[in-house]
Amino acid sequence: MRRHPSFVAGGVLVALWLTAVLVSLAWTPYPPAEIDIPNKLLLPSAAHWLGTDSLGRDIASLLLAGARTSLLVGVAAVGLGALSGTALGLLAAARRGWLDELLMRCADFSFAFPALLTALMLAALYGPGVSTAVAAIGLFNLAVFARISRSAAGAVWSRDFVLAARACGRNRLQITRDHVLPNIAAVLIVQATIQFAVAILAEAALSYLGLGVRPPQPSWGRMLNEAQEFMFQAPQLALYPGIAIALSVLGLNLLGDGLRDLLDPRLARER
Amino acid sequence: MDAALLEVTGLRVWLPSARGEVEAVRGVDLRIARGETVGLIGESGCGKSMTALALMGLLPDAARVGGSIRFDGHELAGLDDAAMCRLRGQRIAMVFQEPMTALDPLQPLWKLVSEPLRVHRGLDARSARAEALRLLDRVRLPQAAQRLDAHAHQLSGGQRQRVMIAAALACGPQLLIADEPTTALDASLQREVLELLGTLVADAGMALLLISHDLALMARSVARVLVMYAGSVVEEGPAADVLARPAHPYTRGLIAARPRLGAPRGVRLATIPGRVPELADLPAGCPFSDRCGWVIDACHAGLPAPVEIGPGHAARCIRADQLPESARPELVEGLQPQRAGGAAAHPPGLRQAQPDPSAGSGRTGSVNGFGHL
Repeated sequence: MRRHPSFVAGGVLVALWLTAVLVSLAWTPYPPAEIDIPNKLLLPSAAHWLGTDSLGRDIASLLLAGARTSLLVGVAAVGLGALSGTALGLLAAARRGWLDELLMRCADFSFAFPALLTALMLAALYGPGVSTAVAAIGLFNLAVFARISRSAAGAVWSRDFVLAARACGRNRLQITRDHVLPNIAAVLIVQATIQFAVAILAEAALSYLGLGVRPPQPSWGRMLNEAQEFMFQAPQLALYPGIAIALSVLGLNLLGDGLRDLLDPRLARER
Repeated sequence: MDAALLEVTGLRVWLPSARGEVEAVRGVDLRIARGETVGLIGESGCGKSMTALALMGLLPDAARVGGSIRFDGHELAGLDDAAMCRLRGQRIAMVFQEPMTALDPLQPLWKLVSEPLRVHRGLDARSARAEALRLLDRVRLPQAAQRLDAHAHQLSGGQRQRVMIAAALACGPQLLIADEPTTALDASLQREVLELLGTLVADAGMALLLISHDLALMARSVARVLVMYAGSVVEEGPAADVLARPAHPYTRGLIAARPRLGAPRGVRLATIPGRVPELADLPAGCPFSDRCGWVIDACHAGLPAPVEIGPGHAARCIRADQLPESARPELVEGLQPQRAGGAAAHPPGLRQAQPDPSAGSGRTGSVNGFGHL
């Protein structure tokens, strides 16, 4: 773990982001939704560290509260997708045959629709909102995790120790639980961090398009959307949420990269 | 003698290949009595591993099986996976060739060793650990108590094979199938592990099906051998008889091709001409006919029926009684007679030999795989 630069850098960025979430739960400089028109579009000052937006809301407070939305959508969407997708992938790998084909072709089919398109369809059906964003991103993640766990589990199933476990009398379910899942866990954890970054980006994109989080709930994506109108009067408005999104996505990607190296059993053996 | 423990008749295995389905096992008959040790010998690709996997019901999904496998009076062919799971590990166990890859890298030793017990006896973690320790002591793994939580990569090859044997023996199976259990080990360890296996099998009175391509190892470890070539059993008989008076030209070739200690320098090893035929294009009739020095037209008529050579010794060769005498007395010198169902008697010193914990690196044992014949 020591001296793995990308793991450390990613860890620090993700830790900062999680700290922002924790702080926002207890305290923000101003209530993030508080509108104060007379004080709109202020530049950074002692009263408003990062200034105020077009409605006079405190940007620092909005960023802190927006981190919470990113985390919520990321955890929910990746959690849903990872759990159900991995279950389907493991099932496909254990059963093979027509079920395997069916599940994997369904996953291929869902890849044909970008998450954004899925979100548009869902928003048209159920109206925009956090749950629409979570469902759309979750659906996309489900296909990703189904594919990845299927191929990783398929490789484990062809290993000798699985044959040895079968020779001990283990059935397919027990082998999946005791041998296959632990052996693909590293792959899944790494993928989860990367999908988390994708989910944050997707949430920002959906909210930017008005398909995600509804006002007054703060979101980095919506902040970008609102900043667009004032691009020439107050370009700093787009800068802050942009940097927040970029840093958290970068942090999660670096963390994922670092984890991939650290969890690699071939490297672990030398430690 | 009571009914055989395992009675295989007309076992056939078809595997899909790039050139269509090929028959990897072509009508193998195999009978193992309770407590009997039987060897299955042949070169790579002759179908010996497929035979073993068919017995365990562990063939690849795409394989097709024909024939009958009766174990302890029950037919195994066509049994569903749930029923096979109840047999595997409990009544039939298997030791695999590659100790490097046949142990789950993420599980501690006590879990690996106690796996069959946890499956079939439902042991909880505490008693599983205790049993694992007992089993690891039985296979003489050094410092077993300190190693219960170790992982496979912390062990040497020989130690891993001991762990695998311990797991196979956990439930006290009636039949142990060992598929090339020592091929991946270096020569000095081969003998140690094999002697351990022989002792444990004899002590527990279980039957052993030992699969190998190593003749010397066979002679030491089993009472009876079957020689397989291209999916068929071409010769069968008591191990000492087959090695001393091989009847089938293929068996003769195998034995002639063995290197000998003490042979003068510059003597070339005998080889069998040609190469193992592709399963998809075997010659008509006797599968060995295109490599055989004594081939006649009649050999192509069909798979030869077994010809009786001696008591319990038969070969699938129509010219078995016309071939020149082939005795190789030096091969059987020093071979002890086999007790039925037991391993050859070993000097007591060897039985107690403690394995070297640093086995595999820097061992200087002068025994090589062939030295003891």
